[in-house]
Amino acid sequence: MDQLQLAEIVERYLTGEMNAEEKQAFEEMRKNNPELDQTVVEYHFFLEEMERYGQVRRFKSALYDTHHTMQESGEIKELQLKTGTRIINMWNKYRRVVAVAASIAGVTALFISGMMTLFTPKSPFRDIEELRRKVSNLEKQSSSQRAEFNKFRTKIAPGSDVKFGGTSFMIDPKGYLVTSSHVLKGAKKVYVQSIQGEDFLADIVYQDANTDIAVIKINDRDFESPKQLPYGFTRNQTDLSEAVYTLGYPKDEIVYNEGYLSAKTGLEGDTMSCQITISANPGNSGGPVFNKNGEVIGILNARQASANGVVFATKSKNIFHLVETLKEADKDINIRLRNASSIRNINRTQQVKKVQDHVYMVKVVLG
Amino acid sequence: MAITEQEIGVFRSIGNNDKAAIEAVYKENYSLIQHFVINNNGTEDDARDIFQEAMMVLYEKSRLPEFELTCQIRTYLYSVCRRLWLKKLQYSRRIETQVENFDKIVQVEEDMEEHDKLTRQYQTMRAAMGKIGEPCKSLIEAFYVHRKNMLEIAGFFGYTNADNAKNQKYKCLVRLKKLFFAQYKNA
Repeated sequence: MDQLQLAEIVERYLTGEMNAEEKQAFEEMRKNNPELDQTVVEYHFFLEEMERYGQVRRFKSALYDTHHTMQESGEIKELQLKTGTRIINMWNKYRRVVAVAASIAGVTALFISGMMTLFTPKSPFRDIEELRRKVSNLEKQSSSQRAEFNKFRTKIAPGSDVKFGGTSFMIDPKGYLVTSSHVLKGAKKVYVQSIQGEDFLADIVYQDANTDIAVIKINDRDFESPKQLPYGFTRNQTDLSEAVYTLGYPKDEIVYNEGYLSAKTGLEGDTMSCQITISANPGNSGGPVFNKNGEVIGILNARQASANGVVFATKSKNIFHLVETLKEADKDINIRLRNASSIRNINRTQQVKKVQDHVYMVKVVLG
Repeated sequence: MAITEQEIGVFRSIGNNDKAAIEAVYKENYSLIQHFVINNNGTEDDARDIFQEAMMVLYEKSRLPEFELTCQIRTYLYSVCRRLWLKKLQYSRRIETQVENFDKIVQVEEDMEEHDKLTRQYQTMRAAMGKIGEPCKSLIEAFYVHRKNMLEIAGFFGYTNADNAKNQKYKCLVRLKKLFFAQYKNA
């Protein structure tokens, strides 16, 4: 009896397809042949598992269908977290104590660092170059021409002076973007320009010079918020040599660049940022740094002036911190950072195609 | 609250993969679990995954003739979800594992151990299926998951008759069995 026949006979026996005579003969054989008996036992277990596997799969697909139908019909809605979510955890319990302790520590640290700056000699030069871009007249012209070409009238009032530019990207489909804080230095008005060349007026929501992150919100009637962002954000530490890429506006058009993580800390061991070897130019500031899964790992903000290709990025966990702080301070701010990236398994070109719509040029009009 | 006959009927129908029963339980209970998970540091996706896994536990229990429902389906589901979610929080060490309660709970510890065992077995089969390759995978799925008969399978996979398809099915089954036991011993 070969393997295939055996499999068939055993299955027929186990599923009760044999007639009484056959069954009796088979059981006789089984009794006299321990090897066969062992095979039957194995098959019995295996086929039961197979059967159960099929059942579970069918049940899972029924669950999935039900969920999907209820979502379509609106019976399952996304829950918005109510203000003052009552999460009982240690943080809430001891928040006050922590706040007091932190502020004491903060004051002490400030005092010490104040003394330090007072007594240390001024460093001869700054070895770091922020990557915000000075916008020349020529570029201004080409920008407005392109906007014209794409049938968008620029909203920037004629005569106002767009002085500096950078990059920003969306963190929440409601119109929240992040960029580097230094890009907005001295800004009276901030506009962001989409990849299609359309300008939107934006408000500065928050600026943190320390981490060099700023949050801005598009405040413009013409803005249509996307349904969902394709990329997610990760708090995880990126590994050395991991491939990264960025999109930005070092010129009037979106520019792609790729590189790798070269150090887990930034300038002079700064743990808030990391070091990337990539080609970046003024204007790249505020641009997103993605890993291969299309997750944001940081915000590009500066390069080392004395070295080639050494660029620093603020780690994305700072975005998480900032968003949490913002939400605490203002209950109306409802920013949700996506964890999962939906472009995880697609190739780079396709990723970039999906991502680029959410990367904006920042135009700063100085006051 | 006493458990009604209707409730027991719904519970038993779950084990038969009855769509109407699944939908009824879903409608009754999803929003409770959704609130629970999201208010305890979870996302929409977490809520869906946790709820569906709890439904899976309910399904497993329902298939056991000796298992008797001693509380409402809602209480049972909630208790399972709470246990699953606590475990997940512990695992990811996201917060101190203390969650806010939304409903009363019953002990499900033993049921969960049973569920974990079944899940491991399911994963063993899934891993074996993942290794078998085409056309075996589709063929076996067609028969054991989608419950197609041999004639339909022959038509779909382009075998000249049902006997040929059957032969191929047994070839695949013999291979899958080997893979399965190899996986099983490793696990």
